[in-house]
Amino acid sequence: MAVADTTLAIEFQDESPAARAWRRLLKRKSAVFGLVVVILFVLVAVFAPLIAPYDPTQQSWTAIRRSPSWQHWFGTDESGRDLLSRVIFGARASLIAGVISISIALCVGVPVGLLAGYGGKWLDLLISRITDAMLAIPFLILAIALAAFLGPSLQNAMIAIGLTATPIFVRLTRGQVMAVKVEDYVEAARAVGNPPVRIAVKHILPNILPALIVQATISIAAAIIAEASLSFLGLGQQPPAPSWGSMLNTAQRFLTNAPWMAIWPGLAIFLAVLSFNVLGDGLRDALDPKER
Amino acid sequence: MLLFLGKRLLQLIPTLFFVSVIIFGLQQLLPGDPALAMAGEERDPDVLEQIRKQYRLDQPVYAQYLYWMGGVLSGDLGESMRLKESVLTLILQKFPVTLQLALMAIVISLAIGVTAGVISAVKKDTAIDYAVNLVSLWGISTPNFWLGIMLIFFFAVHLGWLPASGYVSPFEDFKLSMQTTILPAFVLGNSFAAVLMRHTRSAMLQAMTSDYVRTARAKGLAERVVILKHAMRNALTPVVTLGALELGTLLSGAVLTEQVFSIPGFGKLIVDSVFNRDYAVVQGVTLITATTYILLNLLADIAYVLINPRLRG
Repeated sequence: MAVADTTLAIEFQDESPAARAWRRLLKRKSAVFGLVVVILFVLVAVFAPLIAPYDPTQQSWTAIRRSPSWQHWFGTDESGRDLLSRVIFGARASLIAGVISISIALCVGVPVGLLAGYGGKWLDLLISRITDAMLAIPFLILAIALAAFLGPSLQNAMIAIGLTATPIFVRLTRGQVMAVKVEDYVEAARAVGNPPVRIAVKHILPNILPALIVQATISIAAAIIAEASLSFLGLGQQPPAPSWGSMLNTAQRFLTNAPWMAIWPGLAIFLAVLSFNVLGDGLRDALDPKER
Repeated sequence: MLLFLGKRLLQLIPTLFFVSVIIFGLQQLLPGDPALAMAGEERDPDVLEQIRKQYRLDQPVYAQYLYWMGGVLSGDLGESMRLKESVLTLILQKFPVTLQLALMAIVISLAIGVTAGVISAVKKDTAIDYAVNLVSLWGISTPNFWLGIMLIFFFAVHLGWLPASGYVSPFEDFKLSMQTTILPAFVLGNSFAAVLMRHTRSAMLQAMTSDYVRTARAKGLAERVVILKHAMRNALTPVVTLGALELGTLLSGAVLTEQVFSIPGFGKLIVDSVFNRDYAVVQGVTLITATTYILLNLLADIAYVLINPRLRG
């Protein structure tokens, strides 16, 4: 066993960190499942017009609330629209909202976090207290309040979710910078006379990237739930454009005679969130430098 | 201990200040003239002028903030435009409902989460452990409003065992109150249970490999005693404090759960206010929620120090 381990170690010595993480990710069944489902969702969202059997907004008064059949696999809704097509197109709103809102959070949170960790005591104190304050307001309540004041639309929901998720990344980045900045290689870079911005971008950022990737993946899962929640409340994607959250809102009114309306969008949210969560868990293990 | 308490209390002031600034700042996000947005359908210039005066919109932003903050500090959160009642009264009315729901949810999630977490740690790497992990993944990934809808369908529509929605106070009719709140409390506790399960499992795993557990085993104590008395008691301390940190999630969840089950609590109040452009209520509820959360965190910190003598310093 010991011999095998050494040969393995030699074999993988030249491997880049990214390649090593990738290899370790593929060894975990749950992570591969997550990755495959995420890719499937992305494909479904991108090729929605080609895959969907019907136009998702096409109403048909002769096919109202039909239960699942060969013609309509997922059944139809209260105005005769094909539910499968709506679930397929709904993937677009959910994935776009998940990715864009977390991109906003990253674009704002990471630079601010770097600034807090690297910009001196007072700046750190100020940024940390504002971060505390934002984290003190429960996620969804802040997102609802923001979306309400900005006005209901998918775009504003994404901004609201993005801003609400920002403090998580500020805190994570700051903590990582604090840990990394006393390391020898950062000291060395400073001693050679590199300016702070260059040190932050060239030496610190690459080292905190793994933690950011893991957090971003898990946050996308949370953002998808948040978008569905806002749409469910009527603060996200506006009808008739399909979104999983608003479909569930409508479905609630027809629970007695058309329960299938409530099943599919909910399952879609669950599956999307689950796959991002297990992918995030897998990435955490794969990117952990302590576990080689 | 006093020094620690003093430090924590001092830290509270800037945090609460920024919370108030953020919540007040929300109003600045309203597109266009805020008076127009607040008036809703009303377009009469006299009414708009009156709104501007009443909310001091004709004054600079910092003056508006100081005025609002002065009110908040003296217990005046403003008045609901829709219900013509003070925001504080409304909050005090709705709070017991959400509190009942939250307490029931906590009991349910502790019962499920801690039990499952301990079992899965004791039976590490067995089928039971994997099953518990799957259940906790399900709990974390299920949107609770969907779970609520599905439970309503199964227990209220399909089986007819429980009412689909509504709320009855336990002081009016205890049995009916339990019937109306058991499903929403379960929905609310579901994701919380999953989080507790994960915390408990990792804390238990750590405790099981510790020296005191080895000593207890070496003394020849029964495995049951070792687990329940030695490992669990130590493992649960961080779980309780971590649990307190997740209470914000519970409050977020209450918003949707109350919406799905039509329960007239805190969450429903905020959603109804959002749709009726009753911004004073939105701000008031958000402020009270955040303050509650911050105080709970403080209590959790203090409890942590009290329980863990090594931190007392």
